[in-house]
Amino acid sequence: MDTNELINSLAADTRQPSASLSSVWWSAVVVAVVVAAAVFFATLGVRPDIAAAAETPRFLAKFVMMLTLAAGTFGALRALSRPEGNWRKSLPLLTAAPTLLVAAVVLELLTVPPEAWTDRMIGTNNVYCLMFIMMIGVGPLSIFLLALRRGAPSSPGIAGAVAGLLAGGIAATIYAAHCTDDSPLFIATWYLIAIAGLAAFGAVAANRLARW
Amino acid sequence: MFEQIFAGVVTKDHARTNWKEGKVDGKDENELARLMRAAMAGDERAYGEFLRRAAHLVRGFARRKVAQGGIDPEDIVQETLLAIHVKRHTWRQDAPVTPWLYAIARYKLIDAFRRRGRRIEIEIGEIAETLAGPEPEAVSDREIGRALGTLAPGQRSVVAAISVDGRSIGETAKSLGMTETAVRVAHHRGLAAIARRYGHR
Repeated sequence: MDTNELINSLAADTRQPSASLSSVWWSAVVVAVVVAAAVFFATLGVRPDIAAAAETPRFLAKFVMMLTLAAGTFGALRALSRPEGNWRKSLPLLTAAPTLLVAAVVLELLTVPPEAWTDRMIGTNNVYCLMFIMMIGVGPLSIFLLALRRGAPSSPGIAGAVAGLLAGGIAATIYAAHCTDDSPLFIATWYLIAIAGLAAFGAVAANRLARW
Repeated sequence: MFEQIFAGVVTKDHARTNWKEGKVDGKDENELARLMRAAMAGDERAYGEFLRRAAHLVRGFARRKVAQGGIDPEDIVQETLLAIHVKRHTWRQDAPVTPWLYAIARYKLIDAFRRRGRRIEIEIGEIAETLAGPEPEAVSDREIGRALGTLAPGQRSVVAAISVDGRSIGETAKSLGMTETAVRVAHHRGLAAIARRYGHR
């Protein structure tokens, strides 16, 4: 086909372009949070001592870190879903949560005696935690992968990994309300493994699904 | 031929500076963004004009990048135009349009290189098969799969739906979330690409 013919036939297609990517992402994140919350309340629910826990800095720090992860990766993902999106430009957004986590771990190591470190890290429900974060995160991740297909990421794999981080951030924020292990050492191990698992899955899936 | 086609659109000297990727001056950028905004609002003529200018920019970019051959720069131009059309909602109307446009062209260029790499492997496989025995008359599923495998993902799903599964243009457009025009164009280009690669046997 001659390029001019192509241009003419494309120009003749005056159908309204589909919804802007920005609105796609906002709806995706709202649906994802609803889905994640539904799975959480159907299977777990908040911990019984939540009112008392809410007054401890370690419990609150979990939410600060995971919400920072979700907010940062949401911003990065929206940028990465466009052709001109570049992960280097999104780096400040992506490093916010890891920075907080490192700071929290350092504080914990300074305030807790070394003999308690291992117990804090292993916690009481580690495998359970890992499984539930992934289980709560799978729904949101699928929604983000669908949204990513509507976009045009120039690095589908990286965008998919960030989608996994966002799904993990949302799932971990919600799961944190159930979890009784509040030490940053626990977060930096088990939450991280679960979130990294979602990111790896997101990268592999997007590499197949989000090519265009 | 291009001077003829693009006469009155971009002057020759102007064009030469534009061929340097990303070095579109502010005036050009504003004009392109204006055209694209009008196009998104449904102005067919502005859209045609935008696509012609985009084709011109991408052609320069593609020619410089595929100087060593093996890929037809015009293929990159057409793939990019098609992607611009299908993905036009990914442009933020308050952002500059040329970085977006070049990013699409770069993606399509890399995609073409990747497919060329795969095609070379396929050609070797073909030779081995020809040596092994006489070619059967009917086209096997495997061969169809291989031919489809050389296409861009968008084209592949369209050609598979229409030519292999026998679905209509309308059905395909609906199921792939594409416009009918885009489906028709992708189908045509997909078949043409297969014919170019396999037709000479």
